[in-house]
Amino acid sequence: MIEALEARGLKKAFNGVKAADDVSVVIRSGEIVSLIGANGAGKTTFVNMVTGYLKPDSGTILSQGREITGLKPREITRLGVCRSFQIPQVFNDLSLEENLLVAVNVALKGAARSHSPLRNAGNRNARQMADEILVRFKLEDYRHNRANEVSGGTRKLLDVGMATISHPRVLLLDEPTSGVASNEKFAFMDVVMNALADEEVAVMFIEHDMDIVRRYAHRVIVFHEGRVLADGATEDALNQDDVKRYVTGSAA
Amino acid sequence: MLSLQRNVALGALALTIALAVLGAFVPEWILYTCALVLAKGLVVLGLCLLLRMNLVSFGQGLYYCAGAYICGLVSQMGISDAFFLTFLAALGSAVVGLILGLFLSGYRSVFFAMFNLALSMILYGVLLKSISLGGSDGVGVAAPTYLGYAPDGEMRLYVFFVFALAVAGASSVFAFLYTKSEMGLASASVKDCEIRLEYLGLSVRYLIIFNFVIASTLAGIGGALVAMVSGHIIPELAYWTTSGEFVFITVLSGPNGILSAFGATAVFETIRLVAGQNMPNSWQMLLGSFLLLSILFMPNGISGLFRRAKAPKPDAVGEGINND
Ligand SMILES: Nc1ncnc2c1ncn2[C@@H]1O[C@H](COP(=O)(O)OP(=O)(O)OP(=O)(O)O)[C@@H](O)[C@H]1O
Ligand SMILES: [Mg+2]
Repeated sequence: MIEALEARGLKKAFNGVKAADDVSVVIRSGEIVSLIGANGAGKTTFVNMVTGYLKPDSGTILSQGREITGLKPREITRLGVCRSFQIPQVFNDLSLEENLLVAVNVALKGAARSHSPLRNAGNRNARQMADEILVRFKLEDYRHNRANEVSGGTRKLLDVGMATISHPRVLLLDEPTSGVASNEKFAFMDVVMNALADEEVAVMFIEHDMDIVRRYAHRVIVFHEGRVLADGATEDALNQDDVKRYVTGSAA
Repeated sequence: MLSLQRNVALGALALTIALAVLGAFVPEWILYTCALVLAKGLVVLGLCLLLRMNLVSFGQGLYYCAGAYICGLVSQMGISDAFFLTFLAALGSAVVGLILGLFLSGYRSVFFAMFNLALSMILYGVLLKSISLGGSDGVGVAAPTYLGYAPDGEMRLYVFFVFALAVAGASSVFAFLYTKSEMGLASASVKDCEIRLEYLGLSVRYLIIFNFVIASTLAGIGGALVAMVSGHIIPELAYWTTSGEFVFITVLSGPNGILSAFGATAVFETIRLVAGQNMPNSWQMLLGSFLLLSILFMPNGISGLFRRAKAPKPDAVGEGINND
């Protein structure tokens, strides 16, 4: 069986702190998984390793059966594994539309495999693709606003939108709802999930809010001190005693 | 799809012809200064492209000097065609830019600036010591010819001015289209967020090298023009004050314009000319004060003035681009 993403025995230590300690995780194509765990459990470290920002000390990472361990972020992106960031990584000085045009052009070029110093970045094709993302992520109203002028939630949407542009097979969202006002979190996740509904993409999102996890995840993976504490259908995993004790805080 | 390209090229052509006609009616010293402005403006244009990425090279004199020496030394061998010499200088400085760019692209901010400075001072030192290259006296550059046409006497400077205009015009069209292109746009976003670019699938290093090579090529072309108009090349072309001057003008220009690069060079040369004649001992002070005021009141340089004057910004990328 070729999985969208498979991590085998990942280990990573920072000065003796085990941020990943024999982590094995499988994500199947099309499923929506939530990754939860207390602060410092190693969730971001996992995403960083999978997307090539960090090299695991040991272990193997595969995507669609192809080994991607140790590749650079840009190479992994081109192989269809993309991510968003805990703190949005967008171009603050550019308008939202321009942000997406950069992303679209890079994605198009990746497809065309040619660098063109003279092809207009605002060509019709690129604009259409950027427009499509603006609409899908409900960003049309802010298209001319600079990224540093819009709300945290809007910036988050832009961040996810940029990660989606190349139609990844696996999308890792690092705390998409952090920085989003609490009464807007559901609306925010609705936008994200609707936007992704038509993509054939496996989504893994890191989340601290269990209401969100319950509502959107098919499956939950729980990290604790760099290890996988639980992995299963959402309610099953959340009802496990040690998960309640160490992570969700609703001790039995 | 191609109408932006066409419009820009036509606009540049019209401007070039207008200036060429005007040039026929001005005294020699103005023509000479204008040729100098075109040459130096090209170097500044390259620096503007780097500044868009938040990179400042304090050693752009290196590529300027390399272009000038390639032009000068080849002309010593009896080849005087301006087109060929300019092409060789462009090629040579591009190669130098590529080799050094591979190394420099790993650095940012002050390291990038200072490594460039250091490298340019090495070239300066080498040229100073090279007797075969004329040492500190430099060497003369033969009067250029144009595809077999050798203008004489009064025509010489004017024809060169037209040639320089054409070269600067073509380079400016390229630079403009480049800044509007996918790579140009991506370059402008390097300063904001390198991580995102890498995660979009782009090598930031490649992008920096690419821009660096363009900037060195432009500097080399500028150097070739300066060699031909002044008829002389000297190691000072690589000296740090030369590079500093370029940075000075680039700050005055601001990163976002094409014409502003030449405009700022013209302002600089004019101040130097006027002040140098009237207050020979304190013109540097005047230049310094001028830079101070321009940074205070025009933080984005001359190009920033025009930006703000334009519509409330939105479409900076896509102006005039809906050519369906
Ligand atoms: N680059 C790094 N250098 C040193 N230590 C690091 C680094 N990245 C992570 N760590 C450490 O590894 C552990 C796991 O961190 P990680 O960021 O993966 O946690 P997390 O689960 O994402 O937490 P949070 O919910 O707070 O985002 C922590 O102890 C952290 O201090
Ligand atoms: Mg984290």
